[in-house]
Amino acid sequence: MSPAIVNIAYLVAASLFIFGLKGLTHPRTAVRGNMLGALGMLLAIVVTLLDKSIVGYGVIFAGIVIGGGIGAVLAVRIQMTAMPQLVAIYNGFGGAASVLVAGAALFEIMVAGDASPIPLDAQFSIATFASGLIGAVTFSGSLVAFGKLQGLTNEGSVRYPGDQIVKIALAIVLVIFGVLMVQYAGSSAPYWLMVLVALVIGVLVVIPIGGADMPVVVALLNSFSGLAAAATGFILYNTVLIVAGTLVGASGLILTMIMCKAMNRSLLNVIFGTFTVVDDGPSADEVYAGKVKSTSPEEVAMLLSGAKRVVVVPGYGMAVAQAQHAVRELFDILEEHDITMEFGVHPVAGRMPGHMNVLLAEADIPYDRLKDMDEINPSFKQIDCTIVIGANDVVNPVARTDPDSPIAGMPILDVDYSKTVVVIKRSLSPGFAGIPNPLFAADNTLMLFGDGKKMVEEMVKCVKEELG
Amino acid sequence: MEGFTIVFTIFVLAAFIGFEVIAKVPPTLHTPLMSGSNAISGIILIGAIISAGSQHTWLTTVLAFIAVVLATINVVGGFMVTNRMLAMFKRKD
Repeated sequence: MSPAIVNIAYLVAASLFIFGLKGLTHPRTAVRGNMLGALGMLLAIVVTLLDKSIVGYGVIFAGIVIGGGIGAVLAVRIQMTAMPQLVAIYNGFGGAASVLVAGAALFEIMVAGDASPIPLDAQFSIATFASGLIGAVTFSGSLVAFGKLQGLTNEGSVRYPGDQIVKIALAIVLVIFGVLMVQYAGSSAPYWLMVLVALVIGVLVVIPIGGADMPVVVALLNSFSGLAAAATGFILYNTVLIVAGTLVGASGLILTMIMCKAMNRSLLNVIFGTFTVVDDGPSADEVYAGKVKSTSPEEVAMLLSGAKRVVVVPGYGMAVAQAQHAVRELFDILEEHDITMEFGVHPVAGRMPGHMNVLLAEADIPYDRLKDMDEINPSFKQIDCTIVIGANDVVNPVARTDPDSPIAGMPILDVDYSKTVVVIKRSLSPGFAGIPNPLFAADNTLMLFGDGKKMVEEMVKCVKEELG
Repeated sequence: MEGFTIVFTIFVLAAFIGFEVIAKVPPTLHTPLMSGSNAISGIILIGAIISAGSQHTWLTTVLAFIAVVLATINVVGGFMVTNRMLAMFKRKD
């Protein structure tokens, strides 16, 4: 097939990706958008298979069958609660593939020498460097993120003395290997050594980021997986790789910025900084002593039975407790008795962008009942009862009131404005920010201590008795 | 224009298009957008296929084979899981 036809087909594929991504940003067109993206991919693959440089199909088809099988099984069998891990590991696979393709291209050109269609110039070396670097950081960073989300490693922030210095030192080593790659363009050793260093950097960058900051990391790695592919496009002079990779890079970056904005922190602060520990802030004892009122599922059920409007604020704790199906039962019984139940979802609730929405959709909650922070906040004053399940920092009123607090200025859900707040939580332990939450000691707050799922199930039972 | 300028132009324009097209996305679609765009980043499969199929040396073929497997997991898994998620959202219409 002539290069012109191949490139036109790539242009069509790239256009399909653009329409596909555009579709994915609107609920009504999302399914079609995803299909258009898949169609673009199919077209790009078929055209590539007809490329004249391909002499053997055995290896390709074996790879596609194995990869396709694994991908399909994962996609069908994965629990929705495991979605953050799945997205993380997919990002990693994309990064690893970029590292390998760039490495293979380097070998090919070394072997072909002057007969190579791609010149062994500085552009090639720099593109190979970028592809290997971004790909390797994405791969190892995603593996660490996967380990954290799957609960294989410490989920919190892991820090050690001098961590920033170690990172800077490694970055310098990285640059040295980059220079060597340009200098000794015909050798592949600097490339693989550079990849090794980049793998270590990926691990070190993600290890200190934990808990509530995970959505930022997952979104950023998503962006990187695209940029790695785009860099490989610069090596191979392949337009569809550049366009598709860059589109994904942009989309991931937009999500990253949305997440950062929702925490009122800059990207640099999330990656390199940490919450500044304030010693002069009020201690847990000062905030809670004698003021925390604990309640029972029966009492909450009575409250709910007399309510007109109820809001549930879910957090990562709901996902951990797998309470979403119990919440759905509560939703059903309340709606049956004309008590409106809505959900107030904070943008960074959970461990990836949109985590709560996916969980609640899986539990069959109609998505028009899921309200954004900006949408639900003005109505809290009219809410009779707000139930917070496993959320902490995103409902901490200190963000509004105390300019010295580590979460000062972070947009929060104003649950404390509702008539009664019920917080379901195992204990009074602090959230990711490590500060006490005055909401738990507020006059209109009742604490329901226990496992999220068990407590909601008991509430459902009691509400059924109450309402008959 | 020489080669690099052309591909660099494509890169910059694609970045602008990406930011324009995706600028506003509702929270409900954050996860599907991520998994769907991740499937698109599986476009690296194209590079892997060319490399695996040209069979220069056994080493490049092995590297490219692994890349084909990983990229295909990304493509097939990504589009399928996105479709599954979106079906959950749609059911309630």
